[in-house]
Amino acid sequence: METLSAISRRDFLWTGSAVVVSFALGAALPQNGAAQNPGASASLSPPLAKSLDPKEVDSFLAIQSDGSATLYTSRVDVGTGLRIAMTQMAAEELGIPVERIGFVSGDTALTPNHGGTGGSTGVPQGAVAVRQAAATLRQHLLNLGAEQLQRPVAELVLAEGQVRPANGGQGIGIGALTGGKRLALPVDPKAPLKNPAEYTVVGKPVPRPDVPGKCTARHPYLQDFTVPGMLHARVIRPPAIGAKLLSVDESSIRNIPDVRVVRIENFLAVVASDEWAAIRAATSLQATWSEWQGLPGSEGLDRHIRQTAVDHDQSLVSRGDPAAALTGAAKQLSATYSWPLQSHASLGPSCAVADVKADGATVWTASQGPHRLRNYLAGVFGIPADKLRVVYMDASGSYGTNGGDDAAADALLISKTIGKPVRVQWSREDEHGWDPKGPAQLLELRGGLDAEGRIIAWETQMWNPNNLPGNRAVLAADAAGIPQDHGQATGSMVQNTEPPYAVPNMLVTAHWLKETPLRLSNLRAPGKIANVFAVESFTDELAAAAGADPVAFRLRGLSDPRAIEVLQRAAEMIGWQTRPSPNPRPAQGNLLAGRGMAYARYKQAENYVGMAMEVTVDRASGRISVRRVTCAHDCGLVVNPDGLRNQIEGSILQTLGRALHEEVKFDRSRVTSVDWKSYPILTFPEVPTVEIALLDRPTLPPYGAGEPATAPVAAALANAVFDAAGVRLRTVPFTPERVLAALRSTR
Amino acid sequence: MAQYRLRVNGRAVRVESWDPAQPLLYVLRNSLGLHGPKFGCGLDQCGACTVLIDGKAARSCSVSVRQAAGRSITTLEGLGTPEKPDPIQAAFIAEEAAQCGYCTNGMIMAAKSLLNQTPNPTPEQVKRGLAGNLCRCGTYTRILSAVLRAAKA
Repeated sequence: METLSAISRRDFLWTGSAVVVSFALGAALPQNGAAQNPGASASLSPPLAKSLDPKEVDSFLAIQSDGSATLYTSRVDVGTGLRIAMTQMAAEELGIPVERIGFVSGDTALTPNHGGTGGSTGVPQGAVAVRQAAATLRQHLLNLGAEQLQRPVAELVLAEGQVRPANGGQGIGIGALTGGKRLALPVDPKAPLKNPAEYTVVGKPVPRPDVPGKCTARHPYLQDFTVPGMLHARVIRPPAIGAKLLSVDESSIRNIPDVRVVRIENFLAVVASDEWAAIRAATSLQATWSEWQGLPGSEGLDRHIRQTAVDHDQSLVSRGDPAAALTGAAKQLSATYSWPLQSHASLGPSCAVADVKADGATVWTASQGPHRLRNYLAGVFGIPADKLRVVYMDASGSYGTNGGDDAAADALLISKTIGKPVRVQWSREDEHGWDPKGPAQLLELRGGLDAEGRIIAWETQMWNPNNLPGNRAVLAADAAGIPQDHGQATGSMVQNTEPPYAVPNMLVTAHWLKETPLRLSNLRAPGKIANVFAVESFTDELAAAAGADPVAFRLRGLSDPRAIEVLQRAAEMIGWQTRPSPNPRPAQGNLLAGRGMAYARYKQAENYVGMAMEVTVDRASGRISVRRVTCAHDCGLVVNPDGLRNQIEGSILQTLGRALHEEVKFDRSRVTSVDWKSYPILTFPEVPTVEIALLDRPTLPPYGAGEPATAPVAAALANAVFDAAGVRLRTVPFTPERVLAALRSTR
Repeated sequence: MAQYRLRVNGRAVRVESWDPAQPLLYVLRNSLGLHGPKFGCGLDQCGACTVLIDGKAARSCSVSVRQAAGRSITTLEGLGTPEKPDPIQAAFIAEEAAQCGYCTNGMIMAAKSLLNQTPNPTPEQVKRGLAGNLCRCGTYTRILSAVLRAAKA
């Protein structure tokens, strides 16, 4: 199993306090393999002289004297399988078995900052950087081996942890060559990579090392992490987002043992040694807040968006003469598509542990950007950046920036205030109510067909919340009256807003809005799901107007063979019958059956994804049931096919939930969809059969896989519903009420 | 402080709590260091905190320590270890049926309870049986395969 480096071994032993209790109860000690990351305490030991410069091999890789290795990265594995994919890519170059490579991630004291986690960049940027460091180290080890063995490099190979002659004979272990020593070696961007034809580890479904621990309660989660003397805190958020704290009646929690109230302006928290006491105190504490009604309410949000002032327009595509082409078109269509605000809705609410001491502070967090968070929190809370260590630990999946950064700020502020280590655990209501949200989107499309049914004109107008410079504000600092940034960044919102098909006349314009109702952040595949929903639904509308089969219509506009292949493959897998939509014979009693297709090239430049679905629509209840989904996926080089499938399956199922159910509701004061009943996600009985084809391109660079398969989901679903029921759903989520209303309007 | 006697993973334990209404979840996690059961909602809505009480799946966030007193409780730790997993754990591991893994405890415990009552479920029975357990990562198809694999084991 895992071989831990000195630091991680010590840190691992140090976390043993919680373990001893469970051991006493008869459970075995956690295995090293589960402890992929140090649940470390920097505050107990001075920072190590660990190289952190991403230009140095030492920053990414260490070889121990026993020949094992440790990989250091700022990119974290939020359940995506990045841990094994990155390890496989390093193992391949280094000739070290994956199980002999430890993985330390997202620790500002130990890992180089080569970017945060997100945007499906973990493999194509993060792991590719590690691979280059490994390739550099490989050359170095071969050179050292050549000296020791007195053989030319060309006669040597690096395999199974040894440099040895290719034609047999005595080798030398890499631990003996360089183990435990600083390499002082710059990453060589030209170090040759292993020939993909010789891969033995990359491309194999190597099991993820975290899964056995996750299935046996041995995997250390942030939520399980404790430090000695740690207190449990709960932050009490106001009943209205902008409300001011007027008074607190501490006598209301007099009957709860050992609780303390922390109040800094409008920041209100309770702290207790017993977690349940903190929870009881948080729900019992009587506080008076001012009225605040600054929200527009989620009813009629589309109208609100169209009435919001535009900061500026951005022309993304302007080709030919779309206005003239539309006027002259044989058929003209227009449609408006809308996507609601959505929550990351992490299954485990956000959590953080902070320990602020006189000589330095440590925050344990599940943030996807530990380095960015460290720099930001240091500035806001007046701690020198080199005295603040941020350590990532695995937690519930985040799918972007959920409440985790805010929980870290909460914990840091409280620990700094009371001078003790503090754990902050958000409630379900906190997470649904206060995580920064994925933005609402509105897209208006116009298109024109010529007499042969070809698209001759296309226009996309979209309304998105403007990007604002600076970091996203953390809740704690605003509440406590601490000056901070109020930036706004939600990810790349404008990709995939033009059709991937040949269109001679096109206009694509983004209207950036001055204001938006709720605090926002990046939510998985930012912008792209709604954009592909609009573009691929509208493509389907044009195909129907042309009386064309939806697959044939798309194929006519595609020339890239990789695009054509995924589209045809997804169609083939679902048994696509060539005919126009809607289905001429959909009815099976009350159930209307249909199939739909959508295609996207993610971010217009990365993965090719073709997706087909079979659905039924119950015309009595309005309920949509997804029966089958087929997906053909081309991400270039496949690093770990099983991990990749897992990501694609999850992308499809999570996004089905987003398309069918998810909408953040709010009134004039607060978010009102604050639990799983008011904000439902996909449940087990709704799960369709999912069939996936991976198109491996071993000689091409790898693209990421955490997001691309989300992109066509809503469009394929809407297109299948149109095929089944002859109604076009243009507003997400596709609730039974909306389906029934659409069915009524066609009667 | 009031004391409560429980049987946890086959062993008799005595725990203290200042509040008889304290959910079993916090007793297991904080007093006994058993981190298998996870806090997800505290509302009996997601299943992340599932344990077995007298062999049947129960939501430890919504069972008080007083109600749990005298009962036999099994947590994920009590099923098996990475070296010697319970067949249901082995099936989840074989299917790689996790992403973040935060729901995994509840899925395994609910599946254990389901298989105790229905040893050879159909796929539809598994889906209905686990309907109250949410997975945000969307690993449902793998979990379904794992439960069916465990039933065959």
